[in-house]
Amino acid sequence: MRFGARGRHRAASTRYGDGQGSYRGKQGSRVLGKVVLVTGAARQLGGRFVRRVQCEPGVDRVIAVDAVEPAHELGGAEFVRADIRQSALARILAEHAVDTVVHLDVSGKALGAGGRTAIKETNVIGTMQLLGACQKSPAVRRLVVKSSTSVYGSASRDPAVFTETTPPKSLPSGGFAKDAVEVEGYVRGFARRRPDVAVCVLRFANILGPRPDSPLADYLSLPVLPTVFGYDPRLQFVHEDDVVDVLGIAAGEPRRGTLNSGTFNIAGDGVLLLSQCSRRLGKPTVPVLLPAVTWVGSALRTIGMTDFSPEQIRLLTHGRVVSTVQMRETLGFRPKFSTAETFAEFARSRGPGLLPPETVGRAVDRLAALPLPGGAGPRERGAGAVQTTHGAR
Amino acid sequence: MADAKVIPFDDDRSRSGGASRPARRRTGAGGPGGGRGDGSAAPVSALPGAQVPEPSAVSPEAGEGGREPRRDAVDAGGAPGGWERRIAGGLAFLRRRVTGDYDVDEFGYDRELTDQVLMSVLRPLADTYFRVEVKGIENIPSDGGALIVANHSGTLPLDGLMLQVAVHDNHPADRHLRLLAADLVFQLPVVNELARKAGHTLACAEDAQRLLEMGEIVGVMPEGFKGIGKPFGERYKLQRFGRGGFVSTALRAGAPIVPCSIVGAEEIYPMIGNAKTLARLLGFPYFPITPTFPWLGPLGALPLPTKWTIQFGEPIPTDGYPPEAAEDPMLMFNLTDQVREQIQHTLYKLLVQRRSVFF
Repeated sequence: MRFGARGRHRAASTRYGDGQGSYRGKQGSRVLGKVVLVTGAARQLGGRFVRRVQCEPGVDRVIAVDAVEPAHELGGAEFVRADIRQSALARILAEHAVDTVVHLDVSGKALGAGGRTAIKETNVIGTMQLLGACQKSPAVRRLVVKSSTSVYGSASRDPAVFTETTPPKSLPSGGFAKDAVEVEGYVRGFARRRPDVAVCVLRFANILGPRPDSPLADYLSLPVLPTVFGYDPRLQFVHEDDVVDVLGIAAGEPRRGTLNSGTFNIAGDGVLLLSQCSRRLGKPTVPVLLPAVTWVGSALRTIGMTDFSPEQIRLLTHGRVVSTVQMRETLGFRPKFSTAETFAEFARSRGPGLLPPETVGRAVDRLAALPLPGGAGPRERGAGAVQTTHGAR
Repeated sequence: MADAKVIPFDDDRSRSGGASRPARRRTGAGGPGGGRGDGSAAPVSALPGAQVPEPSAVSPEAGEGGREPRRDAVDAGGAPGGWERRIAGGLAFLRRRVTGDYDVDEFGYDRELTDQVLMSVLRPLADTYFRVEVKGIENIPSDGGALIVANHSGTLPLDGLMLQVAVHDNHPADRHLRLLAADLVFQLPVVNELARKAGHTLACAEDAQRLLEMGEIVGVMPEGFKGIGKPFGERYKLQRFGRGGFVSTALRAGAPIVPCSIVGAEEIYPMIGNAKTLARLLGFPYFPITPTFPWLGPLGALPLPTKWTIQFGEPIPTDGYPPEAAEDPMLMFNLTDQVREQIQHTLYKLLVQRRSVFF
């Protein structure tokens, strides 16, 4: 509703129909077809979305764009190798008469080799180039941008639950979170300049899928989890299947009674604490004092295990929970996986850790099977054990 | 608050006196929506006699300090089976904990841990050490949101924790208090973790409103650091109530405000001085100096065993106001003053009835 009215979409679509007669004739009798351009198609998520969106009714063609050849199958989509940091995009948009742009090339982790600078360039400069190209192209009617809940930052003075309108108490100072903030800023500017384009910004919580594609997934794949001593962050996850589904909803026409333009938090229901995550994964934790965490982080980064950026450390200190009321009520999307289910899927794909929960559970059961003389003795032991777990957390 | 309601029942300080009190109020709080006004002249009914003695009846049965009285009340098994069931329960609990198979809400509130561990740790402090006497628990509605507004004192926020135990252990509908805590709490390691798990959250309008709309009982101490860090000479003098934000939050959520007066917490650490430079250096709002604290080292951190009274006053309904009332500063100030006066008044009354600080 903030990003342009529906009447204007119709006007744009008329224009689109007029200009592309030749293309229509070649394609067939369908009058109202869609041409979807997906950036970041070489990533796991991009590839899945490209394959998925082809099956949507009303989608004629899918143009997949990325700077590198994807390792996975893209189905019937047309792959165009282009670096979105260059201005080749305007030509691609015009050539294929793209009307829906799904911008997924906003990511916290490089694909293959490439440092932080390259990611930042792709995220920020790439978005600027893409938006510039979209602004020039009259055919574009819909823009979907993948963002992240990290735009809210993570601080001790933040409210427990972020809504889409919560202003961040402390803006992310660097890293992917800052990229996401800047990308959203440019997208807002674009929405102002092109009110006829329906713009949807999806702020995803931590995405977990079968293949780790985010710094947090990398972190959770470590054999032993370094944690910040004295903090137990609340985390939310969203399953990759749900991400693909909600991108489909955002890229299509809004269903009756829903609205798919605007900004939405996307997360699975419920919350997991990091301590719960580690126990469910069966991985021991090593609490590290907050000042020393940065050293551990840079040490881990040096040996290339994970990107332990300051922003990541803040997430692991204070945690972050977002409200998904808008997602449910305005966007009309219900995730299939809750946070806990997403995590269970992830844990299953990872394989057991050093202390699998089943083994630990069996150990407790053995404790239960010990001959109990009754009376106060075992009771004390039980109570003591409870206290210990509590103390050890 | 009508004088005649408080004084007669506090004359006899016994448990039974406390138990008979609810009889009067019960009917007033019987319509839990907050529609009181008909209950002021209600006669004593037979109903409260059945439910009010419950908390006091549990402790003699449970014997040693009444650990986990609620579980006892639930399974209420015979004496021989009780222990085994407890052990089994404890092991099941342990198993759930070590495998991570438990739930927390979006605020990080771990209900199971709070009920089984945190409350059990705090309970001896409340029952044996401070001997907290709880009055007017029936003023907290049995369902729906409510905002408990209490005075704050005692250098360390033990009064908040005792208030939480008081609501948890005494309320017949098994309600849990969700406290709003200062941002300092969430900056300190360990403390923030335990606070979140115990159901506390940051004192901000968003969190308070979210909790009230979820139908939770929210506890707030609007004096903040001004109240908890005031010198001993100013004890039981309420400080300014912030900006009255709690009133507009309660109005927006339509939740009744329950004023609460806590007597006894002021004397646990008599603060005779404040090392301001040291406080600024450490980033704390104040650094207390008590007759014992820095001098005796950790021993000085032991609170004095004062006798506490927690009195919940009659709820002030907020659902009768138009929706724009939350934006009306005049109404805010009036309601804030009303709550403040009621707490101050009750404090003085309780102080007059108190025989001694320690008994």
